[in-house]
Amino acid sequence: MDVLVWLIPVSLLLGGVGLVAFVYTVRSNQYDDPDGDSQRVLSDQWDAHPKP
Amino acid sequence: MGALMAPSAPISACPACAAAPSAQQVAQAALRDARITLSLPTIHCAACIDTVETTLNALPEVTEARVNLSLKRVQVKGEAGAERLIAALAAAGFEAQELDEGTIAATRTDRAGRDLLMRLAVAGFASMNVMLLSVAVWSGATDATRDLFHWISAAITLPAIAFAARPFFANAWAALSVRRLNMDVPIVLAILLALGTSLWETALSGAHAYFDAALTLTFFLLAGRYLDHRTRAIARSAAEELAALEVPRALRLRDGVEETVPVGDLVPGDLLRVRPGARMPVDGVIAEGASEIDRSLLTGETLPVPAAPGQEVSAGEVNLTGPLVVRATAVGADTALHRMADLVAIAESGRAQYTPLADRAAKLYAPGVHVLSALAFAGWYLGTGDLRVALNIAAAVLIITCPCALGLAVPAVTTAASGRLFRRGLLVKHETALERLAQVDTVVFDKTGTLTEGAPQPCDLSVLRPEQRPLVLALAEASAHPLAQSLAAALRGCGVIPAAVADLREIPGHGTEGQWQGQRLRLGRAGWAGPDVAEGETHLTATWFQPGQGVPLALQFTDRLRRGAAQAVTDLQAAGKRVILLSGDRVPVVQALAAELGITDWQAAALPEEKAARITALQAAGARVLMVGDGLNDTAALRSAHASISPATALDAARVAADVVLLGGDLAPIPKALITATRATIRIRENFRIATVYNLVAVPLAVAGLATPLIAALAMSASSVTVSLNALRLR
Repeated sequence: MDVLVWLIPVSLLLGGVGLVAFVYTVRSNQYDDPDGDSQRVLSDQWDAHPKP
Repeated sequence: MGALMAPSAPISACPACAAAPSAQQVAQAALRDARITLSLPTIHCAACIDTVETTLNALPEVTEARVNLSLKRVQVKGEAGAERLIAALAAAGFEAQELDEGTIAATRTDRAGRDLLMRLAVAGFASMNVMLLSVAVWSGATDATRDLFHWISAAITLPAIAFAARPFFANAWAALSVRRLNMDVPIVLAILLALGTSLWETALSGAHAYFDAALTLTFFLLAGRYLDHRTRAIARSAAEELAALEVPRALRLRDGVEETVPVGDLVPGDLLRVRPGARMPVDGVIAEGASEIDRSLLTGETLPVPAAPGQEVSAGEVNLTGPLVVRATAVGADTALHRMADLVAIAESGRAQYTPLADRAAKLYAPGVHVLSALAFAGWYLGTGDLRVALNIAAAVLIITCPCALGLAVPAVTTAASGRLFRRGLLVKHETALERLAQVDTVVFDKTGTLTEGAPQPCDLSVLRPEQRPLVLALAEASAHPLAQSLAAALRGCGVIPAAVADLREIPGHGTEGQWQGQRLRLGRAGWAGPDVAEGETHLTATWFQPGQGVPLALQFTDRLRRGAAQAVTDLQAAGKRVILLSGDRVPVVQALAAELGITDWQAAALPEEKAARITALQAAGARVLMVGDGLNDTAALRSAHASISPATALDAARVAADVVLLGGDLAPIPKALITATRATIRIRENFRIATVYNLVAVPLAVAGLATPLIAALAMSASSVTVSLNALRLR
């Protein structure tokens, strides 16, 4: 059962990382245009070089 | 971009600015951050996004352009004017319209929705972790291990609930502080009791803790709230986009010089120029110019009214033929248009008297659950004398009668139904609109602008001899009057080429005239171009053509039916609804239209008050009336009806008053909307029944003391998922 001492904090930490990542995406307006984001993948405009 | 940063002409001439250029930089930065939002109704794919953004970014004045495909808008930062951007997009093949920045600013960031989403995420995160720990307990952890898991669960649950369930706490407190019960009161009580007994049990190393139940309850309920919020946020942003399409600007004359100013800056006494085709921005008196005014949106009459100096005009009327100078008498909130809109806003509270199904269910449900839980507590305490067992069972009863199925029952269905209607071009604005639409048995239509397009079409061109047609076309094209425009369009449609008529000129308020082979041709009003007939006497709207020496010819016009109007009326009558036509227009016109559509119950020349009174009388007689109308003369009727629909072309005041806005020009979706609304209400009732049946099974288990946390979690999730799936069946 000693393994629980590690596993429980690790699982909480990983879940917490997911939560923090989600909060970050919400705050940086990443859900404002779901349709546009799915279409922008098809654009080859910035394929060769990143957007300045 | 560098060129923009370089200081050009100094904005301020003061000597200090040369030493400290920061003020100028600040001013330029503000200019660069000026944002323009354009609506792009035709954009739909990745290629469109690329083209629009590349086109706009290629303009030197634009710093950044970003397309939002979900909202079909592009937001442009930079110094470019809207006209320039629209022209650039038109050259690239995209139709664009400017949106009023002030009107849409409110919905740019959806704070309430974002807040709910965060709480939903925290509840989801916490419930998954606690559920993992609970699974270990359910599968046989005992003694110290179980206690440890319970304590960890408590450590996760308490802060998570404190954050995630705050909307419920706030709502329940608001209801209790005015001594009322709502759905949130039993929810909050269940959450608090679950937490309390679980902590107590954990401290005494008991076997059962309901931390996971409290969290999943919060999670499902937040999901319902979020669905509800999304539906209305979409409707609100679309409705605001409609309002924002009319950018409120006016041309003010100051010392004879025109300047474009926002309508908000106008004061009474200002002289304004109103160009042909423009809407009056204010109430006022005509100071100069002669023209004709289209009052159809305000009064319902289709014929233009002649306008001359000294005549009063109201905001919202359209100037047709000649430029006018208007002296403002009332601006902004004082105009007749605004006063009407305000009246409607006040009347909105009257509509709030309708109790939605969810509230009616909550009124039965909340006291029932509390009484049941109290009885279970009393029974077990008297029976066993054990306070701990009795409290545990009371908590189990509250948790297992979990209102999350009820909390999801309505939002899940209305979200599905509103989404379906939105794809058909109907925007559901009001939260109880679907329920009220489902009860409708009488449909009242307005005529001008609702059943008809509000734009006249020539009904018979054969009165013109072939050699006269090019002459009429030439005269008609010289005018911006709607009758002339539609006549020109119809003649062009027949392949007519305009003749070379000389000296073409428009005489505002009368018509156009020109010279052709030494003869004077005229096209226009009856008394001017043709015989002296009062226009009210003719059956149809007409314009007269005088071919030199010959007899003047009357070209008659009829207001064309809106697309889907006949279909909508037939479908509604087939569905057993009573269809009534109420119009402010003249008797013969309304009679002809009623006959064409097969409406037997019609009333013409109805004043706005008469319309509202008729609807109130119908409702008093027990009918549930759906009013479909677009004008200012309909707003009183729209608000007194049980439910109301207004086309997107309607005046702002009418759109505000309506529960549902019809986005396309087609009326055919109206009967289908009634069917969808009826089906949605059936699903909502079904969902309540599912929740009740599930409670009938689960509550006896809880009262008997058999509900372990595992059973509670299973039953709760099962009921919520069933209710959501049932909502998805809405097809």
